[in-house]
Order: sequence, then C-alpha cells, then structure tokens
Amino acid sequence: MKLLRLLAAALSVATVATAKEFSPAIVYDFGGKFDRSFNQSASEGAERFKRDTGIAFREFEITNAAQREQVMAQLAKRGSDIIVAVGFTQASAVERVARQFPNVKFTIIDAVVDLPNVQSINFREQESSYLCGMAAALASKSGKIGFVGGMDIPLIRKFALGYVEGARHVRPDIEVFENMTGTTPAAWGDPTKGAELARSQFGRGADVVFHAAGATGIGVMQAAMDEGKLSIGCDSNQDYLHPGSVLTSAVKRVDVAVYKAFSDARAGTWKAGQLVLGLAEDGVDYSYDEHNRGILTPAIKARLDAAKADIIAGRIKVPEYRAP
Amino acid sequence: MTEPGRLPKWVDYGLLPALNLLAALLLAGGIIRLMGESPVAALKLLADGAGGSPESIGYTLYYATNFIFTGLAVAVAYHAGLFNIGAEGQAYIGGLGTGLVCLAVGHWPFWIVLPLAILAGAAGGAAWAFVPAWLQARRGSHIVITTIMFNFIASALMTYLLVNVLIRPGQQSPETREFAAASFMPVLPFFGAPLNLAFVVALGVAALVWIFIWRTRWGYAWRVAGANPSAAVYAGIHPDRVTLGAMLLSGALAGLLGLNELMGAQHRILLDFPGGAGFVGIAVALMGRNHPVGIVASAILFGALVQGGSQLSFDMPRVNRDMVVVIQGLVILFCGALEHMFRAPLVAWYRRRLEQSNPQSAIRNPQS
Repeated sequence: MKLLRLLAAALSVATVATAKEFSPAIVYDFGGKFDRSFNQSASEGAERFKRDTGIAFREFEITNAAQREQVMAQLAKRGSDIIVAVGFTQASAVERVARQFPNVKFTIIDAVVDLPNVQSINFREQESSYLCGMAAALASKSGKIGFVGGMDIPLIRKFALGYVEGARHVRPDIEVFENMTGTTPAAWGDPTKGAELARSQFGRGADVVFHAAGATGIGVMQAAMDEGKLSIGCDSNQDYLHPGSVLTSAVKRVDVAVYKAFSDARAGTWKAGQLVLGLAEDGVDYSYDEHNRGILTPAIKARLDAAKADIIAGRIKVPEYRAP
Repeated sequence: MTEPGRLPKWVDYGLLPALNLLAALLLAGGIIRLMGESPVAALKLLADGAGGSPESIGYTLYYATNFIFTGLAVAVAYHAGLFNIGAEGQAYIGGLGTGLVCLAVGHWPFWIVLPLAILAGAAGGAAWAFVPAWLQARRGSHIVITTIMFNFIASALMTYLLVNVLIRPGQQSPETREFAAASFMPVLPFFGAPLNLAFVVALGVAALVWIFIWRTRWGYAWRVAGANPSAAVYAGIHPDRVTLGAMLLSGALAGLLGLNELMGAQHRILLDFPGGAGFVGIAVALMGRNHPVGIVASAILFGALVQGGSQLSFDMPRVNRDMVVVIQGLVILFCGALEHMFRAPLVAWYRRRLEQSNPQSAIRNPQS
C-alpha cells in the first residue's frame, strides 16, 4: 500500500515535471492584448489555460512588422512547443519561421498557412454578423441601421457583408450606413472617432449600429448609450459594457481557439491543417445573457435561433466576402 | 546659432548627447524601479539585446538603416529651412515604387533590378514630396501642415491599392505576392539577421549627402536660404527653387526605405511597412545635429533602442511595449526638447576652464 502510494506520488511528480516542460507562447498583433476585443479574447484563452493547468506561457505584443519574425524565431529557439500567432498580418512571418523550425508547432488565427507544422484557424464571421444584422433589422424602428468598421480590409468587409445580408433577410428595404474609421492601424484604437461616426449615423436616422473596429468600438457603443440608441458588440461578448444599450455581440471565440491549441499541443492531439469554425462548431455566435435580456426580446431571439439552425443545416447560405 | 561655436566639437557632438542620454536612462530607470523591476537588470537586458550577439547587432543595424534614410531626409530639408514631417508618407510611396519594380521585373538580374528599384523608390518619395513643396513655394501653404496631411493621404492610397488592386488573390491579408527571389537584397552574412546590402547603400547615401550639402554650390545655396531667406534673395538665390529642390531630395531619400524594409526583409508590399520610421527620423536628425555622421550614429542608437527594447519586453514581460515607447520618448525628450538644459552649464563650465588654462592661471594652478 505504502509502496503504491509512493509510486503514485512519484508518478504524479513525473507528470508534473513533464508538464512543466511544456512551454506555450502567444504573439499578439498591433491591437495589443488589452483591446477588449480580438486580441484580448486570445489573451483570455491563454490565461484560462494557465489557470487550469498552472503552466505559464510566454507572450509578446508586436510593435513593428520585422519584430514578428524575430520574436517567433526567438520563441522557437528558446524551446516553445507551440506558438499561437494572433491575426492575419502574422501569416508571412509564420510561414517563414515555421519552415525554419519544422519541429515547433504553430497555430495561426484568421489566416491560412499551408505547412506541415502549421494549424490555421479561421472563423466564419459572416455567420454571426448575419445573425447580428437580423437582430439589428428586427430591433430597428426607423428601418435604418449602421456599421462602423476599423480599416477597409477584407476581414472587415466580411463582417459588413454578413451584416447587410442578415438585415436584408428580414427587411429587404432596410437602409445600411457603412463607415470605416481610418486607413492606418490607428483605426483600431480610436474611440473618439468611433463615437463620431456612430453619432453621424444616428443623425442620419440609424437606431442600431454594429462595430467591427477593435477598441474603436468602445466609442461606438458609448455614443449609442449616450443617445439612447442600440449598439452591437464584436469579437468578445461586450453586452456587459452598457447593459440595456448593447443589443447583442457578434462573438468570435478566439479564446476557445487559443485554449484548444495550447491544450491539444500539450495532450499530443494537436493537428496541423485548416480548421474553420462557424456557428455549427460554436466558433462564432451571437450573445445572449442577463445584460441584454431586456432588449433582445423573445420574438427576436426566436427568429435568430431559427436562422441559426437554418445556417447550420445549410438552408440559409451566407455569402462570404472574397478578396478581389 | 552662435552657441555651438563656443563649445569644442567633442563636447558638442560627444559629451552633450552622452549626458542627455544618461539623464534619459536615469529617469527611465527610476520608472522601471517604480514598476518593481530592477533598473540595472533592465538596462543590462536592453544593452545585451541591442549589442550582445552578432544577431542582435544585425537587428540593431537593420532598424538603423530605416532611420538613416528618414533621418537624412529630414536633415536635408532642415538645412534648407524646411521641416519635413512627411518622411513617413514619402517612405510609404517610395516603397510602392521599389515594390512595383520588384513585382514587375524582379526576375531580371539583381544588378539591373537594384538601380531600377533605387530610382523608383527615390522617384516615388520625391513625387510625394513634390505637391507639399510646390504648395509651399508657390502658395505659401505651410510645409508642416501639408506634409502631415500627405502622410494620411499616402496611407489611404496604399490601403486602397493593397486591398483592391495589388492584393495576392485568394487570401485575406492586404499584401502583394512575394517578389521573385532574384530581387531580394543580399543579406549580409555572419549576423543571422535581416541586415542587408541596404545598410551599405544607406552609408553611401549618407556620404553623398555630406558631399552635396557641404561641398557643392547647390548645397551652399540651400544652407544660405535655410539660414536667412532674405539674404539668400539678395545673393541671387531663388528660395522657391530651393524649397522645391530640397523637398524633392528629402522625399527621394525617405523613399529609399523600401530598399531595406521591402527588398531586404519583407519581400512583398504590405500595409504600414514604414512603421513610424518617418517620425523617428525627425528625432534622429535632431539628435544627429543634421550632420550625416551624427545621423548615422543616432540612427544606430535608435535602432539599438528598438531592438534592445523588444528584447527587454521579451525577457521582462512587466516592461511591456508601451514602457519601451516611454523609454524611447524620454531619449527624444532629453536629446531634442531639453537639449539646452545641459548646454548652458556646460558652456559656463568650459568658459571657466578656458580662463583657468590661460597662462596666468596656469602658473597659479600648474596641474590644470
């Protein structure tokens, strides 16, 4: 008995020891890990992994383009087992570093890199945007809704297209105002301008506005709150920011992707290749919790859930923006 | 303008910047102390990260290459009395020229591609500087305002082109396809970093700028116009032509950044590749006293700050990237804005020393 216990103790020490050696890393994009949106969601996934397993991870926030490759190569050299690169802008750096270090696992989010040691995780953002467009159109009294994007890049057009299609699905005559915040990466972190764009859309008669603009969206939602209009959050569940004013959020579970990449790599079940996460895989969704229960009425929710089932079953085809 | 003459060169170009740098690092160290980290360890990481291994030296010089180009651009305009804030936009559009050459004829032999890429980069940067220069010369629109506005226009144009026209089909990221391998800038061996031939080009360009500004009639005319426009007119120099010429050269120099960043490292055109080097160039020129030697030196210092700073935040996660920007900001503050803080005491100290070392006092005080 004693021997058995000793053995068990030794075994657990051994597993802890091997677990300690597992070293994951994450590289954030320009937005930084506290953008309350895309990068922060990734950071939450990594933090949750740390809480659940007690395994520390390395992290780095990018400040210039050349750093991406440098940092990833360095992480690989210092013995990271898996490196998660957050954001499509990291694709070319991942491609090069993954070639240099074929024994290190790489997971890239929002882009595709076709190499034997790279896992590419993409989301069908158009599906959650579609549902949010429906929600906006159903909640709108004026028949006019708005969209505020960060930069005019394909990823944001994907959000916008899904949103417009969803809105038209319930109200073919709906009018949608679309604005982009800027042309430099500063557009992801400019709440003042976000608020201004939202106000100008409200001025033109919109009463629901959806943002896909990172930290800029904080200003969009604040403006909606101030003017007594509705807003729709993005990437993270942002309903709690202004309860009663945030209609819902187009949730993108970057945190789940990061968590899964880390824990799969640790368990040895990590696989290279492409993963596309949509409504069916719980990769994207609209949010419904105690903060928006009052405004997202049962009638709207029923329509959204029906549409969700239809999208999963393939009865509704959500068009996807294709880069030219 | 008379003050620098009172100090010997080694004080003006050596001691004073060193004192400013020291003060900035001391203050930064204090902030790091407040954050609960050891300033000594942080400084060691910073220095090690910037120059501790061939690889880190390579990265430092690679970043410095960008800053040499933009620093020279700012300095050339400054000598003609113009404050060019638009190096960022000029570098962006210049890089477009370089990138288009590499995309179009990148498979040609490298020694044909290189001069074409240099010409296209310079032409792109110069073209972007031309409109603000023309507006300043003919309409009196202030160059500071127009060049800032042109930075935004450049970035709007590039976003449009990369998202709609030049994007590699079948993917999301707004960037072009990779250049043909023949057009890659040869990487300097030994370092194991993206340090490439563009660094050598930058040093050559710095030498040419020195010759141009101090050893040609044009350079002389520009400096006269910059120092005193009315005297320049009296001497038969056309200030309008100087404005146009100086801004064209300034833009051309900034436009060469693509040689290092695109041909040397990224091998494609991507969004926001100048990454703020145009603005760092202002600090580099200020700190380098608008002299090519000073610019190369301060560009290497800023390269070291970028590279060392990224190592610092890598190994000391609590010192995050914003803290690194704070340290860089302090260096700029002390070397640019507060430059005169140490100058007056130094001038006084030096005058006292001069008095002491004249023959009379030398007898009284032989050891000095």
